[in-house]
Amino acid sequence: MNNTAQSIYTIAYNVQIARQVYRMRLIGDTSYIETPGQFANVNIDGLFLRRPISIADSDGFGLDIIYKTVGEGTTRLSRMKTGDTLDALVGLGSGYDSKTSKRPLLIGGGVGVPPLFGLAKRFVKAGIKPKAILGFQAEEDVILASELRALGCETVVTLDANGKRVTDALPEVMGECDEYFACGPIPMLKAVFYACPLPGQLSLEARMACGLGLCQGCSSSDVRGQRICVNGPVFPKEELAW
Amino acid sequence: MVDLSTHIGSLVLQNPVMPASGTFGFGWEASKLYDINRLGAVVTKGTTRRARAGNQLPRVTDCPAGMLNAVGLENPGAEHVLSTELPFLGTLYGGPIIANVCGFSVDEYAYVAERLSQSPHVAALEINISCPNVEGGGMSFGTDAHIAAEITRAVRKATQKPIFLKLSPNVTDITEIARACEAEGADALTLINTLLGMRFDLQKRRPILANTTGGLSGPAIFPIALRMVYQVYQAVKIPIVGVGGISSARDVIEMMIAGASAVQIGSAALVNPAAVTDILDALPAELEAIRAGSLWELIGASQPPGNRFINHPAKTAVLAGTPVISRFVVRKEI
Repeated sequence: MNNTAQSIYTIAYNVQIARQVYRMRLIGDTSYIETPGQFANVNIDGLFLRRPISIADSDGFGLDIIYKTVGEGTTRLSRMKTGDTLDALVGLGSGYDSKTSKRPLLIGGGVGVPPLFGLAKRFVKAGIKPKAILGFQAEEDVILASELRALGCETVVTLDANGKRVTDALPEVMGECDEYFACGPIPMLKAVFYACPLPGQLSLEARMACGLGLCQGCSSSDVRGQRICVNGPVFPKEELAW
Repeated sequence: MVDLSTHIGSLVLQNPVMPASGTFGFGWEASKLYDINRLGAVVTKGTTRRARAGNQLPRVTDCPAGMLNAVGLENPGAEHVLSTELPFLGTLYGGPIIANVCGFSVDEYAYVAERLSQSPHVAALEINISCPNVEGGGMSFGTDAHIAAEITRAVRKATQKPIFLKLSPNVTDITEIARACEAEGADALTLINTLLGMRFDLQKRRPILANTTGGLSGPAIFPIALRMVYQVYQAVKIPIVGVGGISSARDVIEMMIAGASAVQIGSAALVNPAAVTDILDALPAELEAIRAGSLWELIGASQPPGNRFINHPAKTAVLAGTPVISRFVVRKEI
């Protein structure tokens, strides 16, 4: 009956990988994770609501989440240690549809990059090497660029500190691509939405309560009232109201 | 075998547990998470005459013992609910469906109540005069006894179905509003809606919620809900549905001892999708632990002797082996 795995996960590691950014590996049931771009809703001691965090990568043994300490929840999460347990609902929402593209372009900003890493692995497994444009504020914020290059993905990094945005790199990179897959802050997604004529899939984020489609706490006018948690978080370009 | 059955006036429930309006949508998502047919009744999302998009984001935030929401009555409108959501829910759930009704004028309440009453799937209406997240509607009606009475009167005329008035705790004396609703023909009262609250973003020096304020729910408000149910039980004769921060089987029992005939679970089920089934699984053992043979014998058990019901129709019916047909629970010694 239960379509969502609510399970207890054991933290294998929880390490800082960039400024205010941590990578946590959770050992436990991943059978409910279907597509890259889905998220986990994690229960953090001392907070009433779970916190939704995108899944960066998963395999038969566990999953990786990469998060930035932006508030009380993520700060508490960053203090958790190897061996601690975490109650999480995983495999929530609908992720990226990777079947529609043969020459994909991944466009990520900041901690929007992690779900694109899982997507890149999915493409590489299917014999497709995506291109990637990753945007960060500064050098010390860069994550996953070397991992993407190690997968064989041609990866361009732009830094706000150098006055460059992901959209500045679009003309040189998007040439042969047939579809883009984006995740990042709303201003970046909007800029990509207007600058890139290719078909696209964009992942949005929102404060959520249940993450299960029950409470309408994340119904967004950006997607004409759809709920980001269950109708998304990944939406095809044409469903955006921009 | 512990008897979990209860009833709210004429509405017979296999158990007292139902979802709070707004935490269950119209049942479809919840039906994918757990067996919703285990619920004693279900309560649908608050419905207005026309579709509403609700408030801008963020709509939710939290505190250590609860959450704030300012969804703003997002719903697809009465006609869609009548033609699509209620019939569809009827295919998923076999027990009593309680349709929640909202409005921005007395006429709108009466209109929506009349329309949703046309549905053969609707067993009762819950009239939400307590939504704190909309301007010029919802709670502004539920904080004035005269307007609460006026809405109850209008809805009473518009429908033959039982009506439950859902009251706001954001008032100086909830018993005054409760009495006003009872006097105009309310069949039951649902207590309580959320308490008005705020959180702020330190960086931006702004409220977190786009709506500025939101409704506080969760364990933080449980003692307040208990107190209000206890007080209102003494002020009216109609049954009470208790809601506000209930998170466990023991909370259910406590709410019924305070005076509730049934309960609703809201925030707990948003954080833990198994909350409702966990509570139902735990209820029999928790009742045995306090040596109670049934739930209904606990309704209002804390009340002073003069207020304790002596003529619970469920009890009479069980003893006589006949179905419950009475409309009201007569609870007080006259």
